[in-house]
Amino acid sequence: MNSGNDSIILSLQDVNKHFGGIKAVDGVSFDVASHRITGLIGPNGAGKTTLFNLISSFYRPDSGRIFFKGERIDSLSLHQTFHKGLCRTFQISRELKFMTVLENLMLVPPDQEGERLWRNWFSRGLVRRQEKDIREKALSVLDESGLFKLKDEYAGNLSGGQKRLLELARTMMAEPELILFDEPGAGVTPGERKILANRIQKLVSEKGVSVFLIGHEMELVMDICNPIIVMDRGRKLMEGGPAEIKKDSRVLEVYLGGAAK
Amino acid sequence: MGMSLGGVLNFLVSFAIMASIYAILAIGLNVHWGYTGLLNFGIAGFFALGAYTSALITSPKPVGIMANYVRQAIGLNLPFLLGIAGAAIVSGVIAGVIGILTLRLSEGYLAIATIGIAESIRIFINNESWLANGPQGLIGLPRPLHNIVPRCYYNYLYLVIVSIFLTVIYFAVERGIRSPWGRVLRAIREDEIMVSADGKNVFFFKLQSLIFGAMIMGIGGALYAHFSAAIQPGVFEPLFGTFIIWAMLTLGGTGNNKGAIIGSFIVWALWSWSTFLIFKVVPRGFETRAPYIRYVLIGLLLIFIIIKRPKGMLGEEAHVSEF
Ligand SMILES: Nc1ncnc2c1ncn2[C@@H]1O[C@H](COP(=O)(O)OP(=O)(O)OP(=O)(O)O)[C@@H](O)[C@H]1O
Ligand SMILES: [Mg+2]
Repeated sequence: MNSGNDSIILSLQDVNKHFGGIKAVDGVSFDVASHRITGLIGPNGAGKTTLFNLISSFYRPDSGRIFFKGERIDSLSLHQTFHKGLCRTFQISRELKFMTVLENLMLVPPDQEGERLWRNWFSRGLVRRQEKDIREKALSVLDESGLFKLKDEYAGNLSGGQKRLLELARTMMAEPELILFDEPGAGVTPGERKILANRIQKLVSEKGVSVFLIGHEMELVMDICNPIIVMDRGRKLMEGGPAEIKKDSRVLEVYLGGAAK
Repeated sequence: MGMSLGGVLNFLVSFAIMASIYAILAIGLNVHWGYTGLLNFGIAGFFALGAYTSALITSPKPVGIMANYVRQAIGLNLPFLLGIAGAAIVSGVIAGVIGILTLRLSEGYLAIATIGIAESIRIFINNESWLANGPQGLIGLPRPLHNIVPRCYYNYLYLVIVSIFLTVIYFAVERGIRSPWGRVLRAIREDEIMVSADGKNVFFFKLQSLIFGAMIMGIGGALYAHFSAAIQPGVFEPLFGTFIIWAMLTLGGTGNNKGAIIGSFIVWALWSWSTFLIFKVVPRGFETRAPYIRYVLIGLLLIFIIIKRPKGMLGEEAHVSEF
């Protein structure tokens, strides 16, 4: 699978997480390669989102190790993994509803001088200059995302698809090395899904970002992800290219079995 | 009631002083609740901390026969501005301790801790007889610059002093709130998890907000102490020291500092002026209970505002960021 020039950006080793009696993630190990779009699929409740919560340090694993760029990250917290270069989105889109689209993006860049209270009293010039740069960047990201016209709208007023585009724009503000997308195609029209797919591919090809993406609807994943990891009931079932996945009997069984219930 | 013009003016000046002190407290609450979503139900605690700290810093330690009547452990006899600084620092430090203990937990803990601290401070002072003279309180607190104007005009000078503090605090908070710092606070109010996912240390920002707002409240308390020149623990009851300030902010407009000021003036007017009217309308024999009607009045006003204008008279602006 992994061709020679692929380096590994994310590595999980025997990661476990349970909630009460439920083994949400059960001894999962795999690697995610740089500069690719790796997919993660599986039926409802397979543990995909939990796995993302573990990788982004939103949850701590019960046991096992998680490495990002060769460094252990499983005892950090959510805001710290961001600074390591890892940005995540949420299955149900989250946005700062009563802040404008522009503000949602301007919040993101790290290490803003204006985030120190006293700078706003004693170094206003410095803050103003930095704000100008951040604003310009946010506007150009909005332009690329096709959200420019909505810049002054409250984020809570956007449609489902626009919220997903905003989420994508947010990851571009962060300039991460790895983005974890949790079902970016959920709640969007097929047309918007195409745009999203396109933009995610561009992120990888033009900006050199690595992407790890949970998909529920098969099309998005099959179209843009390679390789694809399949999970079922907390375990990794298999990993392979789209063609392999499609014809694998275990995958078919998991999906059809899930549907039959 | 035939008041002379001078009497009316004096009344208006002391009204404006108290309303401005309340406006400072309401701006402090706005930092906590209006911009960050922190539930502080113990404003009276920071109010009291500020008042007592400044009193102990600026008044002389009683000597001779006075020491038998005023049991005061500390009396540094230092200038007014050091009293103010001390008030801000002590309030800020106590807020910091409360914050470190509760801000990582769910939001209810802060609410409970602030109520607890406020009540503990009041009950402690009510029962001690060595630190700040217990229930009798401290009297004759120094009034800044009192020797530059005749006694009968002193309140005019003090109104100027309080207005300067209110103005400086107003602009300091406005600049803070309309900045990237304020943007993080407002984002935390919306969705903490999202802000963590954006790489911000939510705990640290909440702690800053809690400390900053409490320092402002401490300054308000100090200004109160030097205005009334006498403080007792009874002043810092939850109704008078916490509830009324929530009413002021809610009425004026949560998330709007101008609203906080306007709300303070309106509620304080209602509070201090209604006494005259109430005394006129209550039947004989009920005069001693009459002041409690004021709580009902303010409660009714709050209900009216919450139904008619849930965001208060001036709501939060759509564009808060300045740059
Ligand atoms: N915070 C939690 N507390 C308790 N149980 C949880 C929690 N989070 C997830 N679970 C449980 O863990 C299991 C895995 O859930 P998870 O959300 O990771 O699945 P998923 O693969 O993302 O499913 P979906 O496709 O529906 O999003 C489920 O049984 C779920 O109920
Ligand atoms: Mg999920």
